[in-house]
Amino acid sequence: MRLTYPTSFRIIRVPCTGKVDVQHMLRALEKGADGVCIIGCMEGECAYKTGNYRARKRVEQVQRILKAVDIDPERAQMYNLSSSDGPLFGKYAEEMDERIRKLGPNPMKSVQKSAA
Amino acid sequence: MIVADKKPVEEIIEYVKDCEKILILGCNECVTVCEAGGKKEVGVLASTLRMYFANHGHSDAVVDERTLERQCDHEYLEEIRDIADQYDAIVSIACGVGIQFTAEKYHSVPVYPGVNTSFLGVTEQRGLWTERCQACGQCILAHTGGICPVARCAKRLLNGPCGGSSKGKCEINKDLDCAWQLIIDRLKAIDRMDLYEKFFNIKDWSTDRAGGPRKVAREDVQI
Ligand code: SF4
Ligand code: SF4
Repeated sequence: MRLTYPTSFRIIRVPCTGKVDVQHMLRALEKGADGVCIIGCMEGECAYKTGNYRARKRVEQVQRILKAVDIDPERAQMYNLSSSDGPLFGKYAEEMDERIRKLGPNPMKSVQKSAA
Repeated sequence: MIVADKKPVEEIIEYVKDCEKILILGCNECVTVCEAGGKKEVGVLASTLRMYFANHGHSDAVVDERTLERQCDHEYLEEIRDIADQYDAIVSIACGVGIQFTAEKYHSVPVYPGVNTSFLGVTEQRGLWTERCQACGQCILAHTGGICPVARCAKRLLNGPCGGSSKGKCEINKDLDCAWQLIIDRLKAIDRMDLYEKFFNIKDWSTDRAGGPRKVAREDVQI
């Protein structure tokens, strides 16, 4: 399979989505990432039982925080797929890319630039 | 432990929105365990405030992070002695005790609460904390099978359940265990129902909060 996904994506591998904390997602957004998307295993199929449920709740927390600081909460997303489903990964990546393009750049980016 | 809950971030923003340099101050003890005021929560709140300021044309605001071992002891609070004056606000996310002690020690720096301190309680399960003690100052657990009617009975009854106890639940809320049902079950389990037959004299409430702020002075350990 020679599948493609948008070049805008930077993949960070973690042992389980349950390892991803609210703080990690916020730091990425604070430093200017246009969006953060957690792609975990199917619900109910986590090797550690609850990792992806935790991840979903943390994404929801990040969305609430973004809303409170007037940044579009859609910039944080959670997806689930089976780890062997490459085509679906590509589809989700496209979807995230499109969503972010509609929203435009992260407002933090201009701040980072003007500070530099 | 002392159980606290996070304050809505909107409320904290309201306190500090006009500040230039803010210190978010966490505590490594109880509030870390109840996931409201530890190092992680300091990081999350600081990030949130930085994003708020940057997104509202105030990107030169500085939000620093620090977590102390405790905020209820001089020796740990002294660790910020050299830096405290630089800030025009400290948001403490320790319990109310730590917040106040920080304010007492750093007299000229405004200190704001970042949590709502709730009660003395236990971690029943991750994400669920429940009350156990109201620090009444005269513990009666020896007579009640180790279950506290002061903290756990809605009416603080000391001589058995009220008429509202039904199927083991309290009349104020059907999800709440009746404290006296728990006490009786426990006295039966330890074969001490004789204790239930004894009348409680009127409890001395002067050691409770009703007598104003309290103190424990231990001359044996004072030098
Ligand atoms: S009797 Fe008083 S000190 Fe003992 S557990 Fe109850 S409230 Fe706390
Ligand atoms: S039902 Fe039980 S816990 Fe509730 S007020 Fe009555 S005695 Fe107290």
